[in-house]
Amino acid sequence: MNTKWNVTFRVYRQKDQQTPHYDEFKMEVSPDEYVLDGVERVWAFHDRSLTFRHACHHSTCGACGMRVNGVEKLTCITPIREVTTDGGVIKVEPLRNFPIVSDLVVDLGPLYQRMEAVGHRTVLPTNEAGIANSLKAKKAQEENGMYRLADCIECGLCISACPIAATTAEYLGPAVLAGAQQGGLDRDPHVLELVDSEVGVWRCHSAYECTEVCPSHVEPAWRIMDLRKKVIGKKFKRLFGG
Amino acid sequence: MSKPHAIIIGAGFTGVATAHDLALRGFDVTVVERGPIANGTSGRTHGLLHSGGRYAVKDQESAIECIDENMILRKIVPNVIEPNGGLFVALDDSDLAYAETFIEGCQACHIPIEELTAKQALKMEPNLNPGVLAAFLVPDGTFDPLRLALSFAATAKSNGAKFRLFTEVTEFTFDGQGNVTGVKLWDRTNDNRSELHGDIVVNATGAWAGQISEMAGDPGIPIHPTPGVMVTYDQRLCERAINRLNKPADGDIVLPQRQMVVVGTTSFEVEDLDYIPVVEDQIQLMFERGAELLPGIRKANMRGAYMATRPLVGGGTTGRSIARTFKCFDHKESHNIDGLVTITGGKATTLRQMAEKTADVVCQKLGVDAQCTTKDVPLLSHRQFYLLPN
Repeated sequence: MNTKWNVTFRVYRQKDQQTPHYDEFKMEVSPDEYVLDGVERVWAFHDRSLTFRHACHHSTCGACGMRVNGVEKLTCITPIREVTTDGGVIKVEPLRNFPIVSDLVVDLGPLYQRMEAVGHRTVLPTNEAGIANSLKAKKAQEENGMYRLADCIECGLCISACPIAATTAEYLGPAVLAGAQQGGLDRDPHVLELVDSEVGVWRCHSAYECTEVCPSHVEPAWRIMDLRKKVIGKKFKRLFGG
Repeated sequence: MSKPHAIIIGAGFTGVATAHDLALRGFDVTVVERGPIANGTSGRTHGLLHSGGRYAVKDQESAIECIDENMILRKIVPNVIEPNGGLFVALDDSDLAYAETFIEGCQACHIPIEELTAKQALKMEPNLNPGVLAAFLVPDGTFDPLRLALSFAATAKSNGAKFRLFTEVTEFTFDGQGNVTGVKLWDRTNDNRSELHGDIVVNATGAWAGQISEMAGDPGIPIHPTPGVMVTYDQRLCERAINRLNKPADGDIVLPQRQMVVVGTTSFEVEDLDYIPVVEDQIQLMFERGAELLPGIRKANMRGAYMATRPLVGGGTTGRSIARTFKCFDHKESHNIDGLVTITGGKATTLRQMAEKTADVVCQKLGVDAQCTTKDVPLLSHRQFYLLPN
C-alpha cells in the first residue's frame, strides 16, 4: 500500500434539480484503496457539500452503488486500480433510472416499493438461500433451523444497468423479478399477477447486464428466465384445473 | 398542551433507536444527520449480535446488557438477523486455560452456553480449524447493520418522527444563559441554512459526541474514539459467529455475512475521525488471525477492508481495557448547560437499551410521564423508511 497514484475524481454534481455539472478533485491515492474511500476523502478534505450514500463499507448494505467510468459498481469493494491507472481519471456518477436527490444520491424508493410488493424476504432458511461456495459450506447450509441474510442487497445496480429499465420506468426490474423467483409463486397469488404482466418477466430482453453488474452473486438474469418457466407452469396448471 | 419536541443529532444506531423510543412516548421528534442513515460507526459495525460471551469475564455489566438485548432484538426485528448462534473455540493451551473463567463468567451473566467436543464443533462448522480442542455454543448472531438502523428509523417515522438527512449541525442556539435551545442547520442537498428549536437536544453522535458537546460549550465528555479494522473474504466459510476462546484480542472474531466472512478487529486511537485510512499490516494481521480460526481464508480472495470507530467512554484507560457499556450525560449536571443530553459508548447490540435510558433522562428532565415500550414493539421493514412520508 506504499504505492501512490495521482488520480482525478470527476464527480457528478447536481443540487435541487439545477443543471448538473462535474467537479474535478486531484488526489494522491493508494491504488488498493476503494473508490468509495476516494469519494469519502473528497467530502472529508475537499468539499463538504458533496452528498453520497454509504454505510457498511464491505458490500453487505448496498448503499454505495454508483457508476464508475460508466459502469455500475458497488464502490466500497471496487479498488481504484481496477478502474484507472496512475495519472488517470475516475468519473463518478449517480445510478441511472432513479430520480436524483442530490449529487450521487438517488431515490431508490421505486425499487423498495416493488421489493415489498413481491414480498422479498431479507432473511431466508439456508436451504432456500441459493448458491453455496463449496461442498462443505453446502453441507452446513442444509442443516435445519439455520438462516441467512438474502444475497440481494437492494443496491439498484441491476436496474441502473438494465436497458429495459432505461426506456420503461414501470418495468419491475431485475432485482424485483429475482426476488419474486426466490420467494416462489405459491406464497401470494398477487405476485403471479404482478410478474406475469407487460412490466414483468416478459419485458426482459435477456441483455444480461444485470447479472454482469450484480455485486452479490444473485444472478438476476438467470432467475428471470427461471421465473418465466415457473409462470408458464402455473398458468398451465390453472388451465387444466391443477 | 402541545407535544414536547426533541431534536436528535445523528442517525446512527443510538439516534434512530432514541427517535423510535421518544416517538412512542409521544414526542415530536426530528432527527438531523449530516450524511445518510448509519454512515459512521453504526453502518461499519462488524455485525455481531453479541451473546455477551466476549465480555463475560472482564466486563460483566456489558455482557448482561448484551444477552438481554440480544433476546429482545431477535423478537422485535427478526428480519435483519441470522440467529444462528456462535462458537467460542479453543485452539491452544492458553485458550483451554481460559475455559473455566469463561464458563463462570457466562453463568454469572445468565448467558446460556453448551460445551462441545472438537468433533461436534467440526460437524457443525466443517471449515473450522481441524486442530480445534474444545468449543462452546453461545446465542450469538449476525445482523445486517444498515437494515437494523433503517428498521428503527422506519418505525419511528411511522409514529411521526421526521428525518433530515444530509443536514449538518453547524452551531447550537442558546437562550442567552448558555442553555441549548436548538440547532443551526446546513442542508447539503440544497445548500439551505435554517434554525430548528426544540425542548431538548439529544447528541447521539457516537464517536463524534465529544466534538458536538464541545460545540455546545462542554469539552468534558470522556470519549475515546477507537477505530478497528475489518476485512472481508469472498467465501462463506461458516454459518455461525466464530470467536476465539480467550480474552478479547485482535482479529479474534469471524462472522458470516451473505456469501462472505468478515474478520475483525483491532483497537487503536486517532485524532481525525472523518477519514481513517486502512493500514496494510492490520489487514495482514486479520488474515493471519482469521485463518487460525478458519484455514479456508487462506484460499479465499479478499473482498474489502474498512475501518470503524468505536465510541468508547472511559476515564484514564484506553483501548481494550475500556468497558463497552454506555453512558448518558445530562449537560446540566456535568457543565450547567440545560437543554442538551449526550448518549455515547455502548454497542450495536445494546442500541435499544441505550435509547431507553436516554429517553428516560429526557422524560425526567422535561417532566414527561411516559414509560418505555420498545421491548414489545415489532419493527417495520427497513424498506418502509424510504416509503413512508417524512
